[in-house]
Amino acid sequence: MGFNRKDLLGIRDLEVAEIEYILNLSQSFKEINDRAIKKVPTLRGKTIIHLFYEPSTRTRTSFDIAAKRLSADTYSISASTSSIVKGETVLDTIKNLEAMRPDVFVIRHSASGAPQMLARRTTASVINAGDGMHEHPSQALLDMLTILESKGRLDGLNIVIVGDIFHSRVARSNIWGLTKMGSRVVVCGPATLIPPNIETMGVQVSNRLEQCIPDADVIMVLRLQKERQQQMLLPSLREYATWYGINAARLKTAKKDVLIMHPGPMNRGVEISPEVADGPYSVILKQVTNGVAVRMALLYLLAQR
Amino acid sequence: MKVNRKSVNLVLRNGRVIDPASGLDAVVDVLIENGIVVEINANIEIGSDRLKQLEQIDASGKWVVPGLIDMHVHLREPGEEYKETIASGTLAAAAGGFTSVACMPNTHPVNDCAAVTQYILEKARDEGSCRVFPVGAISMGIEGKNLTEYGELRSAGVVAVSDDGRPVMNSMLMRRALEYAKTFDLLVVSHCEDLDIGGAGLMNEGPVSTRLGLRGIPRAAEEIMVARDILLAELTRSRLHLAHISTAGSVSLIREAKRRGIAVSAETAPHYLTLTDELISTFDPVYKVNPPLRSSEDVEAIKAGLADGTIDVIASDHAPHSTVEKDLEFEYAANGMIGLESTLPLILQIMREGVLTPLEAVAKLSCNPARILAIPFGALRKGKAADLTLIDPEVKYTIDVNRFKSKSRNCPFDGMEAQGKAVMTLVGGRVVFSGS
Repeated sequence: MGFNRKDLLGIRDLEVAEIEYILNLSQSFKEINDRAIKKVPTLRGKTIIHLFYEPSTRTRTSFDIAAKRLSADTYSISASTSSIVKGETVLDTIKNLEAMRPDVFVIRHSASGAPQMLARRTTASVINAGDGMHEHPSQALLDMLTILESKGRLDGLNIVIVGDIFHSRVARSNIWGLTKMGSRVVVCGPATLIPPNIETMGVQVSNRLEQCIPDADVIMVLRLQKERQQQMLLPSLREYATWYGINAARLKTAKKDVLIMHPGPMNRGVEISPEVADGPYSVILKQVTNGVAVRMALLYLLAQR
Repeated sequence: MKVNRKSVNLVLRNGRVIDPASGLDAVVDVLIENGIVVEINANIEIGSDRLKQLEQIDASGKWVVPGLIDMHVHLREPGEEYKETIASGTLAAAAGGFTSVACMPNTHPVNDCAAVTQYILEKARDEGSCRVFPVGAISMGIEGKNLTEYGELRSAGVVAVSDDGRPVMNSMLMRRALEYAKTFDLLVVSHCEDLDIGGAGLMNEGPVSTRLGLRGIPRAAEEIMVARDILLAELTRSRLHLAHISTAGSVSLIREAKRRGIAVSAETAPHYLTLTDELISTFDPVYKVNPPLRSSEDVEAIKAGLADGTIDVIASDHAPHSTVEKDLEFEYAANGMIGLESTLPLILQIMREGVLTPLEAVAKLSCNPARILAIPFGALRKGKAADLTLIDPEVKYTIDVNRFKSKSRNCPFDGMEAQGKAVMTLVGGRVVFSGS
């Protein structure tokens, strides 16, 4: 089977075969990124609009590079430079842009479900580049590609996701993806940062990081936003770092081939120590490299439709 | 029969008259003259000369019930006439079988003084299709700081006070409101929501909110305030009515309070009896409402609460919004659903499920709200105003918002297959709605 959808909105919607298909295609696109001339004519004449209602450096650049390496024309609209600040609704914005005949919208929005709503209202394809606390499918796919490259498989692994699960769309998309592929996922953090009934998504919950580390094949470290302290979720960043920060001492009990991952941007010294972020277990920059390949695959699949 | 704003003299023949106030459930005739119910009896004899002045309506196969009362609606006037007006909202009420509505005070300006109350009553008199009973604000501007002038509001015509749309977060203000309302025999209607716990939420907290990444409103946000207000009603020995109950825990708290003899009454809305939070999976803002749609366990508990009398009333919480507020990202869309024209078929559905008998179902929409609001309606009685609703309990149709009289379209039941509807609505003997 291939991939015949109009949109890519979340990992929850995808079949295992579709995930495998995207990952295979991503691997074949990787090679382009290592060439001296990093450009192929595949999407020449296609128009891709990046519509970002929330700040982003990594994801936006990654999608833009991916599109340009496939020779698509890209346009970027962000909340600070567009009619968004003039009070136009998101629906009016997308209808106006649609009238210019783009092929794909890449949408990031701080409100969960916004890309889903927009996808129903436009004939163009929509890629969800992160919606609120809901899903971030391209991130989960690049994470899965990175794990697959290092471990050779996506089934039977023990994955620990550490930190602010509550606010994390990266965690949710990875939970759907990795459990579908046959791995076991444990989410670990203080109870205030674990969303209610998360076990109904097929994961186990732990509040004690030290108990999770010995069995872990992969540890995904999530960014802790510093404002969480003001929201009565944490007493202090210091206490958080003490109990949930990943550092070299913590990893003494870890498997020798454990992978440390982080979707970025990192708070060095809070959720991850510099020696771990830059150390031998870390595949954090490989994630970023794989991001371009995964996004090339997604744009190819949707723009070719 | 055409809509006729003059009172008519008519006899309804062989309808199934269901009047919970008297316990009557029988096939009889109802004679109405000069806006008054003159006789309720089998085979009313009418002389041939009188017969010429009477319209005879064959009501066989239909129900004849006291004019239905919706004690919780938002008519949006003054201030948001693009969503609803007193004219359009009361027309929607009449089309839904309602002869009386109580309208909440969160208009612009807020109904916190006699001038606004009088404006609403004058509009209702001049342009309305049913009786309108204004609810005044508990606090000035619904700001939760200072009490409104209950004496003046009462004199102007309010039947209750509420800050509906917002809770009274300050427990001392709520205590004073309950005490002071007693002075003027006013009912206090509480919107139970702890904003500190639930205020940032967008939907029921649980597996679905976690999956969708939408901030949750825990059941405790409602139940904390239900418990607090029950304790304050006990402390002050005042009458308390709890609006739009949505959780199993609230039902338990109210059941226990009633068992202890506290003067508390409660209402729920049709959507808490029929819909669950799973529907939000598509992020469709038509399902965004406050309190939020809960789980199927809550739905079952609320049905049980209705059946055993813990919940006295079903009210629509008719909350019109235009696409300007509703056709947005789920997070930014306004809370609320319209319900005046879909409540009756939904309650008939609940009844057919066996949750309520016909007498009980009608009571939740007539004599119970009338008793709680202390208004002289909600019963079919000789010598009383002829407020009554003729219901066809069998007719099957598809609910179509585009045929609604309401100005707004935010109804989650659009497209639903329904059975049973009002076919004629009489207010004081005037036909305010007639349809098939």
